[in-house]
Amino acid sequence: MIDIVGTLRRSWQQLIAHIDFPLLFITLAIMSVGLATVYSATYDGNQRMLSQLGNMGVAMTVMWFVSRLPPQKLMRFAIPLYLLGIVLLVAVFLFGIKVNGAKRWLSLGFTRIQPSEIMKIAMPLMLAWYFQKYESTLQFKHYLIAALLLLVPFALIAKQPDLGTALLVGSAGFYVIFFAGLPWKVIAALGIAAGSAAPILWGMMHDYQRKRILTLIDPTTDPLGAGYHIIQSTIAIGSGGAIGKGYLNGTQTHLEFIPEKHTDFIFAVYSEEWGLLGNALLVFLYTLLIGRGLMIASAAPTTFSRLLAGAITLGFFTYAFINMGMVSGILPVVGVPLPFMSYGGTALVTLFLGIGMLMSIHTHRMLVKK
Amino acid sequence: MGHFANPEADVDRFRFRLGFAAILVLLAFAILLGRFVWLQIIQHDFYHTRAEDNRIALIPIVPNRGVITDRNGVVLAHNYSAFTLEITPSQTGQLDTTIDALAEVIDIQPKDRKRFKRLLDEAKNFESIPIRTRLTDAEVAKFAAHRYRFPGVEVKARLFRQYPLGEIASHAIGYIGRITERDLKWIEEAERQANYKGTDHVGKTGLEQHYEFELHGETGYEEVEIDAGGRALRSLKRIPPVSGNNLALTLDAKLQQITEQAFGDRKGSLVAIDPKTGGILALVSTPTYDPNLFVDGITPDNWKELNEHPDKPMVNRAINGAYPPGSTFKPFMALAALEMGKRTPNQAISDPGYYNFGNHQFRDDKKGGHGSVDMYKSIVHSCDTYYYMLANDMGIDNIAKFMGSLGLGQRTGIDLGKDDNGESKGVLPSQEWKKQRFKKPEQQKWYAGETISIGIGQGYNAYTPIQLAQATATVANNGVMFRPHLVHYLIDTKSGEKRQVEPKPIRDLQLKQSNVDVIRRAMVGVNKEGTGARAFAGAPYEAAGKTGTAQVFSLKGAQYKEGSTKKELRDHALFIAYAPADNPTIALAVLVENGGFGAQSAAPIARMVIDYYLLGKLPGGAAKEDPAAVEEDAEE
Repeated sequence: MIDIVGTLRRSWQQLIAHIDFPLLFITLAIMSVGLATVYSATYDGNQRMLSQLGNMGVAMTVMWFVSRLPPQKLMRFAIPLYLLGIVLLVAVFLFGIKVNGAKRWLSLGFTRIQPSEIMKIAMPLMLAWYFQKYESTLQFKHYLIAALLLLVPFALIAKQPDLGTALLVGSAGFYVIFFAGLPWKVIAALGIAAGSAAPILWGMMHDYQRKRILTLIDPTTDPLGAGYHIIQSTIAIGSGGAIGKGYLNGTQTHLEFIPEKHTDFIFAVYSEEWGLLGNALLVFLYTLLIGRGLMIASAAPTTFSRLLAGAITLGFFTYAFINMGMVSGILPVVGVPLPFMSYGGTALVTLFLGIGMLMSIHTHRMLVKK
Repeated sequence: MGHFANPEADVDRFRFRLGFAAILVLLAFAILLGRFVWLQIIQHDFYHTRAEDNRIALIPIVPNRGVITDRNGVVLAHNYSAFTLEITPSQTGQLDTTIDALAEVIDIQPKDRKRFKRLLDEAKNFESIPIRTRLTDAEVAKFAAHRYRFPGVEVKARLFRQYPLGEIASHAIGYIGRITERDLKWIEEAERQANYKGTDHVGKTGLEQHYEFELHGETGYEEVEIDAGGRALRSLKRIPPVSGNNLALTLDAKLQQITEQAFGDRKGSLVAIDPKTGGILALVSTPTYDPNLFVDGITPDNWKELNEHPDKPMVNRAINGAYPPGSTFKPFMALAALEMGKRTPNQAISDPGYYNFGNHQFRDDKKGGHGSVDMYKSIVHSCDTYYYMLANDMGIDNIAKFMGSLGLGQRTGIDLGKDDNGESKGVLPSQEWKKQRFKKPEQQKWYAGETISIGIGQGYNAYTPIQLAQATATVANNGVMFRPHLVHYLIDTKSGEKRQVEPKPIRDLQLKQSNVDVIRRAMVGVNKEGTGARAFAGAPYEAAGKTGTAQVFSLKGAQYKEGSTKKELRDHALFIAYAPADNPTIALAVLVENGGFGAQSAAPIARMVIDYYLLGKLPGGAAKEDPAAVEEDAEE
């Protein structure tokens, strides 16, 4: 009897050996808030919530598997995954399905895939591997090559055109280069260059991208389209006040004024019902998540794991900041979901891949030191 | 810039940068919180009032869908306004009682209730849902008298799509139907969802689907003040919708109608193209269907009947039916031989009535053979042996290369359906194709014996009627190939401008004029003294043509006797033609499923179509089958 209990306990410990509990609890907390909000947003039925619960199951299983792979193993995925991403992006460029002038999808016959999604993970993985490889002989030219590795997929995605995803992939890569020690002088120069290139960029933009930026400045120019989203989501947030209208009582939400309320605009639903208090709690949870991620990065033993952990963590920040910024009307509307909150399976799996990698880095750190 | 590795310093620098990033994160979140404080505390009263007053509803105004006309302005698809009786569920109490009470005033059938239930499930809270469509004036008046009894029920004028010619050209025009989840996904991917607020119909097939975003127009809106119950109090602002763009087709509705009648109750397809532009003059697929059935939401019974009918009326045979071309393949083979220098026009073979390859004998249809056969005779009398030998001399990949350049086995890119979904590719056999098609290694190998029957248009060959018509048009136009298209120009409703669909040549095959002339003379010969002569007897113009027969079923060893074979197993009849031969204005391909010999049932249809197009001659009804037509190209 005792033996059975002992075996059970050992196998349980074996199962959870690579789980980082602070990270797990923080993401669970954010997801609970998300589930409750999805339920409120799609109030007429609970299929969305149940299906999101299923998505979470799948995503957390992925996380569990990834957390058990030691960083050395993760490193082996860097080149194949990156090359696969590039090949698929080139394939999109050549044979992609064109929808209204944008080629983002690749048809596999039975389903469609969006290869830019792969790059969200492949990009930091690849660059972290690259800097690990040259850690002892790092020269300035390595930053240039890294920049090239970053720019090729960035350009391919931007060309589709999908500026939102291009920026997310680009920022993930940039974080790695930044953490790898890109000189401050260069960063400053890049900042100045970006500022002065803005007018040129404007000229290169597609009409609908310009329209989005113009809509941000004056939402009333497009009251049925994106402008409507911003107007209505700001009203939702503002009318929520200090403590919100109460769960399931958001009028903006339930009178159908908020579009895409269970996906990209879920924050407006949450904010209307929970007010500033709820917002502060959510931002606090994200801060905890990012804090834990940065701690893991700081404690990581190798260049690869440090850079990867740092970039993934700042990736979470970027998603959260861009989403909340766009819903509250200080950033242009780009299709970025709110991490761990928005309904949607693909995004959740990508996020938990990241969480799994963080857990792997943290729980395997001692093994490396030995 | 290079520096020596210093792990300790690296880690310190990394940690410093982590700290820097952490400060940026906190700063960014502080900005967000600042924004929230601004919206939720400082501006709270303002937004609170706006939410409370969020009684200003934007009511979308659906634009008129573009009109589709033929080349002469005959209307093929337009809209008409009709009154509907609609219920807004959120403003009525018990729905069932309301409907029961309504039924005492207005005739409401069980199918109306069924449709209402279905729409109710799909609808959002504040929409009004039609319970009855197409009210008569008397019904409108009658309801008006009882209106006070029914809060939340009103008569509305809605636009309905109508196809005045009914079944005619339905496979080209397509139809619209209610937007489904899948359509919604398509619209979202095209980032058009804002423009589809209030729209509940979308193009489902054909031109209606291909040109959906042109036809739809821009949705307008009205800002309306509503009371707490959602009732409109007054209009504040109105931005009118912009009607969709109109389509003017290259299609000739009269020609289309005559062609469809010529088919009678036979299954098949005809595609007629203007070889100089690629503009489609007629695109027929029979049997056809009435697209008007779909507009209101097709009833399950009608749908079942159309969908499960053994003749498959919903299949557009012109672009989705792939058939072996039979002997209509021979002129293209002959042209390939000339272009590749594998034959000269005068080089003659001796035809004993069969061709031996390995231990297999490929038979010619004519017992005892055609004797000495040169290229002209091989086409005029459709000699199989000539093409068995030719195919063997050319090899499969040379054949595939040339036929591919004629567009066979590839999507033509015709403007029907969505993306590539609408059109079939057919099969252009080649070594590469076989490798892709089959899984087992022994099946992937191409055997030289398989090339032989490719030469007479049998074997793996399978092409759509539109591909055959395009290839015929290309030969008729001396090798300059156009993309087949149905829309001549779009009329922009905003500017009134005509947007021409450019008839840009997609390819010039650079054919030698003397080679094209050889083929032309032989195809003219077909209609003068060969297999097409009876069908074109007495034609006051010169038409080039070629008959063909495609096997449906391999009758091993048995002699093919059309009378004795079941109708579904009868061969498909084919005919390709262009006219006038010296300056073609029409090129076409006809296919009659189970029509027997090409000369028997396909050629007479082609004659009728060309007679009308060139001479304006109106036939009466269906083309007669010609039982006496002697066909010399029934294969094997």
